[in-house]
Amino acid sequence: MPDERPLTQNIRPGAEPPSLQEYEQAGGYQALKKTLKELAHQQITQIVKDSNLRGRGGAGFPTAMKWSFVPMDGSSTRKYLVVNADEMEPGTFKDRLLLEGDPHQLIEGVVLASYAIQASVAYIFLRAEYTLAAARITQALAEAYAAHYLGDHIQGSPFSLECYLHVSAGRYMCGEETGLLNALEGKRANPRSKPPFPQVSGLWGKPTIVNNVETISNLPHIINRGAAWFRGLSKSKDAGTKLYGVSGKVKRPGCWELPMGTSIREILEEHAGGMRDGVRLRGLLPGGASTDFLVESHLDTPMDFDSVQKAGSRLGTGTMIVLDDQTCPVGMTLNLEHFFAQESCGWCTPCWSGLGWTERLLRAIEAGHGRMEDLDKLQAHARLLAPGHTFCALAPGAAEPLQSALKHFRNDFERHIRERRCPWSANGHDHR
Amino acid sequence: MLSTAEREEIEAELTRYEQKRAGGIEALRIVQRHRGWVSDEALREIGAFLDMTPDELDGVATFYNLVFRRPVGRHVILLCDSVSCWIMGYEGLRRALTNRLQIELGQTTSDGRFTLLPIVCLGACDHAPTLMIDGDLHRDVTPETLDAILARYE
Repeated sequence: MPDERPLTQNIRPGAEPPSLQEYEQAGGYQALKKTLKELAHQQITQIVKDSNLRGRGGAGFPTAMKWSFVPMDGSSTRKYLVVNADEMEPGTFKDRLLLEGDPHQLIEGVVLASYAIQASVAYIFLRAEYTLAAARITQALAEAYAAHYLGDHIQGSPFSLECYLHVSAGRYMCGEETGLLNALEGKRANPRSKPPFPQVSGLWGKPTIVNNVETISNLPHIINRGAAWFRGLSKSKDAGTKLYGVSGKVKRPGCWELPMGTSIREILEEHAGGMRDGVRLRGLLPGGASTDFLVESHLDTPMDFDSVQKAGSRLGTGTMIVLDDQTCPVGMTLNLEHFFAQESCGWCTPCWSGLGWTERLLRAIEAGHGRMEDLDKLQAHARLLAPGHTFCALAPGAAEPLQSALKHFRNDFERHIRERRCPWSANGHDHR
Repeated sequence: MLSTAEREEIEAELTRYEQKRAGGIEALRIVQRHRGWVSDEALREIGAFLDMTPDELDGVATFYNLVFRRPVGRHVILLCDSVSCWIMGYEGLRRALTNRLQIELGQTTSDGRFTLLPIVCLGACDHAPTLMIDGDLHRDVTPETLDAILARYE
């Protein structure tokens, strides 16, 4: 299998992204030209379906299947494509690489996805703190319009597309698909009831597809090189490459494009260089804050959607956060649940109320005021936060690190309660 | 009154959306860029421009943590308190910052130079701990490098 890294092939860390001319010289916008000249929109969807591309935002839903729910009978006057560039999952820094490093790759993907669903308007929904990405996307959009890769009758074809950058104003909820749509409409980013799904009734009630940055950035390569090539990039049955990241006390934290299905061990030990001297691995969140802890016995798990699920967690965003033995597992869980409690939008009771209680119970245990029965209460909250009780996935996401921390680090929780203190507090953690 | 520049920038944004009120968040950001924060008066002006009541627009404004409904200092420090930065030394950095500036999170220095706010994950976790000042990202920040960074913002 060739060691190809299509997503990051043009990215030079620390340098400017490729200009339009450099992107074109590297083969850029060929997929767009071929598509608009030779391929029907159904063919794009079919190629992407055959490629087995699954969404890279965390849920892993098959991209072409998502597109296939959009009504294509001409009944909709207007359809929308939205790029979810609201990367705000704690511990996640992969889309930043693509947004800052190769904005034209993203724009070409936007045109391809919009063509597949015959959307006439696309929005790139970007979090406000990604200021460098905003500047680079703004410049790339202007270049793409000037070169007729966007706008009316792209490259002389019948297809037209307007593409706008929307810079957000904060809140994790904006990354949730329907919360994002409310934010784009100028409302609070509360989730919407599903059904109807956005593919049928999304932005202003029109059919809308929301795809992640990494998902969209794969499209030019799939169209250029074909579905079989894309499947062949992977080590597992989930196709393609994946951006994997590691943060925490490892020797070389970072983000790498590797074959889908690369093992946790290889990512952690070879690419991140293993643990720093003097610290040992206790566990890790494999794909951001809203995934279950895995421990040392899971290290040989391939990082693909199904394998990580089988191991009891989720691939999520593919960027792992490492817990070491010098860091308090209760404190880490408190930090995570504080995040979710703060970012709850207040729409669903199990979320806004349950997460508040969860955070307070954890804070009490961490401060040495916990009781053994608090652990049962935390367990109960993890069940109440589970899927099916709320409109969106924020609360179920919050339950994942909580329930798995109680399982894997139960002794540490009990020790806090027994000793009425945090055994790690001598290390300077004051747990605000 | 909205200034001519504010009005023109907001009007340019409104062309991108099906409905006027969709430009509300952009409008709040534009006015904040010009004035530093969004006062009650500014909220009324923007609301009138977008055919929204002040309360409707405030419901939006108060949802988004980067819309400031209270005055802030000349420079706004956003200190990441999410998990990777917490593991890599957030607490020490927060102590150094609050000692150096003599304020707590959510406060502004008495000379009006800095406002210190917590922020969720800044998406630079391979270089934790991180903070952002006026849109500039600072990575691998330590209590030792803090003074040199702050000195760049008068």
